Amino acid sequence: MNMKIKAHAIKFGNNIDTDVILPGKYLTLVDSCELAKHALESLDTSFPKKAEKGVIVVGGRNFGCGSSREQAPLALKYAGVKCVVAESFARIFFRNSINIGLPVIECPGISAAVETGDELAVDVEAGKIENTSNGKKFQVEKLPPFIIEILADGGLIENLRKRLNKK
Amino acid sequence: MNITEKILAKASGKKSMHPGEIVDANVDMIMVHDLTGPLAVEAFKKIGVQKVWNNQKAVVILDHQVPAESVKAAELHKMMREFAKEQKLSIYDVGRGGICHQVMPEKGHVVPGAVIVGADSHTCTYGAFGAFATGIGSTEAAAVFATGKIWLKVPEAIKINVVGEFQKYVTSKDLILSIIGRMGVDGATYKTTEFSGPTIKGMSIAGRMTLCNMAVEMGAKNGIIEPDETTRKFLEGRVKALPNFESLKSDKDAVYERTEEFDVAKMEPQIACPSSVDNVKPVSEVGNVPIEQAFIGSCTKGRIEDLRLAAQVLKGKHVKDGVRALVIPASQEVYSQALKEGLMEIFTDSGAIVCGSACGPCLGGHIGLLAADEACVSTSNRNFIGRMGSTKASVYLASPATVAASAVKGKITDPRKLEAKA
Repeated sequence: MNMKIKAHAIKFGNNIDTDVILPGKYLTLVDSCELAKHALESLDTSFPKKAEKGVIVVGGRNFGCGSSREQAPLALKYAGVKCVVAESFARIFFRNSINIGLPVIECPGISAAVETGDELAVDVEAGKIENTSNGKKFQVEKLPPFIIEILADGGLIENLRKRLNKK
Repeated sequence: MNITEKILAKASGKKSMHPGEIVDANVDMIMVHDLTGPLAVEAFKKIGVQKVWNNQKAVVILDHQVPAESVKAAELHKMMREFAKEQKLSIYDVGRGGICHQVMPEKGHVVPGAVIVGADSHTCTYGAFGAFATGIGSTEAAAVFATGKIWLKVPEAIKINVVGEFQKYVTSKDLILSIIGRMGVDGATYKTTEFSGPTIKGMSIAGRMTLCNMAVEMGAKNGIIEPDETTRKFLEGRVKALPNFESLKSDKDAVYERTEEFDVAKMEPQIACPSSVDNVKPVSEVGNVPIEQAFIGSCTKGRIEDLRLAAQVLKGKHVKDGVRALVIPASQEVYSQALKEGLMEIFTDSGAIVCGSACGPCLGGHIGLLAADEACVSTSNRNFIGRMGSTKASVYLASPATVAASAVKGKITDPRKLEAKA
């Protein structure tokens, strides 16, 4: 996975829960591309269309709270979300995203520094986020090396395969 | 060390433990259900490991879309049955179990001091038995299937100390709503919430399960309660062996980030209004809110004592015209007990419908979804936008007594008022 991401931002508020990201009625869908068609539709029916060419989602506090459904980050990833940067994350969503190879970065202050449509440049490994539309920059605490490795491998399954094969 | 640190230290072979430390813990039990299991099975097959690391430590429970509400759900159930058979795992199929978080302790899969992970956010329920239990995703579940291990960051701890005796019709649900109302939906993110104090000591297992169940609604990694005689009485005869509870108590000098004090003596029935679990107020302050549906059930409040309380309120009364009242026992065991006690007759005579044990409308999967502009008062755990159906529906969360009273009046009602007028 590429650790340097450039894309336009789509901004959301606080407490975006996984029911809103992917409603329960779609949980019997098994194809991630089908899930993607319903990503965040409860808040914006045109989100999948907007995300198609690749976007960075900017969230407020407690992004991804609620249900443990991995279908939520999967729907975002397959809709075209390259990375989620939020004030803070709910823990299961945070782990799930890393495990499916979707970079997530906790960045206090990001909400006030970004508007929907701004262009962001994110260096996941270095923990650097820059809003190139207004010049605002953030340096956040770097993710631990083993998490970076999971992301670099494209997710936990690929990472685990690699580790088990080495043994 | 506090109880959570003690359990994680033992599981990772360490003598001491400090918050923020990342440990590789041995998992004692893992659970997946019909909506998270299929993704886990797919991921497991990609790892290249043939066998689940320990087939005595993995459980499959079909509870969300049961009985299969669509061909798609039926296919997922079939996949899980085949996986359980191939791997020789315990599986609780339709009619044999019920809601995963009720079935796990009932069937002896929850032991105090264990590290339990489940591909469901409400896995934290098992903290009621003094286990470390937390929710994970499907891919992580696949990795645990393969390795029996999981990395965990040792959480900081918040102690929630509760004193006082509950008034009539005020329950563990009202307490946890009140706690979440004060703490906020991210008030305990990444942390452990340890419930203690005389009120907790005197609380039933069912009540303790309600508290730990909703710890995740304030972002907690786990909720936990020291095991005691109440725990022993529930688990004896269900589990193979019980550990010594002495090693499962928090030390006197255990470190907590902070302590939150609650006194339930003057607590009124509480309700979480749309569309956030921390939007909590006393039922007496919500004003005139007509409802179209009332739901008594879920992993939060579908146990026998909850059904008894609802039946006590509904006995000899009728569900208001224009209201659908749904009762869903949390498990077959609860269903059977409710039958024996005559509760089903009370529900049926009142005009409520009793459905087979399942998660039901709680997550908007099937059984009793809501249309636009409808309101539902529910004993479940989440009132997010679109949670129980239409994104234009409203969900209120309350105790079984409040839900039953509201069903009778056709609007949100303080159960103490219903009794006063009867």
